[in-house]
Amino acid sequence: MNLSDFILTLPIITLLVWALLLLVVDLWVPKGRKGIVAALAALGLAVTMGVTLSQSGGSGLAFQNMIIVDGFAVYLNVLYLVSGLVVVALSHDYLKRMNLERGEFYPLMFFSIAGMMLVTQAYNLIMVFLALEFLSIPLYVLAGLARERPESEESSLKYFLLGTFSSAFVLYGIALIFGATATTSLALIIERVGQGALNLPLFIAGAALMLVGFAFKLAAVPFHEWAPDVYQGAPTPVSSFMAVAVKAAGVAVLLRVFLTAFPSLAAEMAPLGWGIAALTMLIGNLLAIAQTNLKRLLAYSSISHGGYLLMAFVAYGNPQVAGQAVAAMLFYLLAYTLTTFGAWAVVISVEQNDYQGLELDDYAGLGLKYPWLGVAMLVFMLSLTGIPLTMGFWGKLFLFRATVDAGYVELALIGLLSSLISAYYYLRVVVMMFMRSGEPRIRRDGWLSLVAVGSALAVVGLSLLPNQILQMAAQAILSLQ
Amino acid sequence: MDIGVLLVYGILGLTVIVSAVGLIVSRNALYSALFLVVNFVAVGLLYLALGAPFIAFAQVTVYAGSIMVLFIFVIMLLGAENLMLDEPLRGQRALGILLVVIFLAEIVLYYLLRTTPLQAIPAIPQTFASPAEIGMLLFNRYLLPFEVTAFILLAATVGAILLSKHEGPTRPKPGIQKPETPVEG
Repeated sequence: MNLSDFILTLPIITLLVWALLLLVVDLWVPKGRKGIVAALAALGLAVTMGVTLSQSGGSGLAFQNMIIVDGFAVYLNVLYLVSGLVVVALSHDYLKRMNLERGEFYPLMFFSIAGMMLVTQAYNLIMVFLALEFLSIPLYVLAGLARERPESEESSLKYFLLGTFSSAFVLYGIALIFGATATTSLALIIERVGQGALNLPLFIAGAALMLVGFAFKLAAVPFHEWAPDVYQGAPTPVSSFMAVAVKAAGVAVLLRVFLTAFPSLAAEMAPLGWGIAALTMLIGNLLAIAQTNLKRLLAYSSISHGGYLLMAFVAYGNPQVAGQAVAAMLFYLLAYTLTTFGAWAVVISVEQNDYQGLELDDYAGLGLKYPWLGVAMLVFMLSLTGIPLTMGFWGKLFLFRATVDAGYVELALIGLLSSLISAYYYLRVVVMMFMRSGEPRIRRDGWLSLVAVGSALAVVGLSLLPNQILQMAAQAILSLQ
Repeated sequence: MDIGVLLVYGILGLTVIVSAVGLIVSRNALYSALFLVVNFVAVGLLYLALGAPFIAFAQVTVYAGSIMVLFIFVIMLLGAENLMLDEPLRGQRALGILLVVIFLAEIVLYYLLRTTPLQAIPAIPQTFASPAEIGMLLFNRYLLPFEVTAFILLAATVGAILLSKHEGPTRPKPGIQKPETPVEG
């Protein structure tokens, strides 16, 4: 342990120390002035982002090869911190009007973000497991924050039970891999595989169990059942956080572990990944068609987008295209983050204080009465479908291109087909907003509008320079392999 | 084998088995919990006799100590001392017996069909798994996982308090009526 260990982990240390200070400071902030805590939380996230950005370009291992810093991690860490900032903006007014204002909300979110950063940087299977727990436990609590509502309790309990269940899969997989290779370090595992000094059936079983555990976290089909209930019952800003940041962290840990330690298993794992990705895209989109509740609709939508993200995983064993696929995945994640947070911001605007206003009918006439919000939602729905002039289009294009280059033409076709299916339910929201008359009621809040309009502008604006962003993502992952 | 050693292992093993059986057959949940304490302590002593002091003390402090306190708290708070006679999940007894039979059959089959003879475990160094060695590992190679674990526990504690603390303008306490209820915005 020396100074460089601390320098490499400085973003995580900053975030955690800030969370501890927030916990203490909150005690002296009187009720009704909790805006101070939200502002301090935003400041903490911004400071951490500054520290994280100062690491870009560098790479290294810290704390006896427990964690790694590289471009992949820096890119995703910035994404998590941006998600955190957006969630602060989304939740401040929401928590106040739903009477859920608790000072512990922001520190718990910080803990979860720190867990995401750790899981992205993990370079040892012990860290993978601990970081997954660290990111999940605060979320179990946050999902049950509105504990006077049975739906919120159900959400929390379901997430907790299935989350622990999936952690057990990961842990069992880790145990089997330790049994096969006698190490938990990702670097040593690949070394042992190179020497042929391992028990292959045990190794494959361990990797498959870990894949199942990660698929649970990602809500990939057939391990997706929990997601709609959990997202529906949780406070809406928490749902948006789970839909974006947790999914990103799930893909990140999947790629980190499999790209670093298990490239030799690509032949066994690629068909599994293929099946999961195809099923997730198709079933997520098909089930979304039947939904009338916007939170459930976005939940199924996020399941299907997890399937698109998994396309990058299918190509992981092919060294020529793996880099390209991961870069496309990082681009897609950026597009997905911006679009999804925008859509959730609109949902929070329309949600009423009694948790009503979440049905599709409540959106009738929204675009006519509140054109700004309506147009923003239109942009998000088009981007989620993948229509040109939005980030979502380029994200899908790059991912499909990488998948075709890797030789999985059928998977790309399934992706295309499921995008067509998704157009039906995304455009139904648009039709409802602009072509039906109604008396929609919205909650006016500056921060919500800022998130909605800001991300709509970003989704359109950044789509004008897709290649530059893809280039940035590609540079980020140069050191991954 | 030394007669004293045999006696110690015999008594400890018998305690472990008797307390385990007592745990299962007892109709009072509190007695079951106390049988479990005896079981944990006896297993801890077995670890100590086998030369694994760290695991032995972890067993006693963590399992026989804190976890059992939690168990007994829950039993007493829920008033669940007396167990119901009917099974909440039907068929679990039959399933349990079936699994035990399969397990025993596996052991017998392994014993009969094994190809290599059982060997004595080679002697391990005196310092193996000593508290000092484990401390060195925890605070050197596994320092980061150790610290992350501490934060996980903190997050769980904060979360438990957040979920159980009464936060209350919306729920007036029974019996105490305020003259005017605050108007919610």
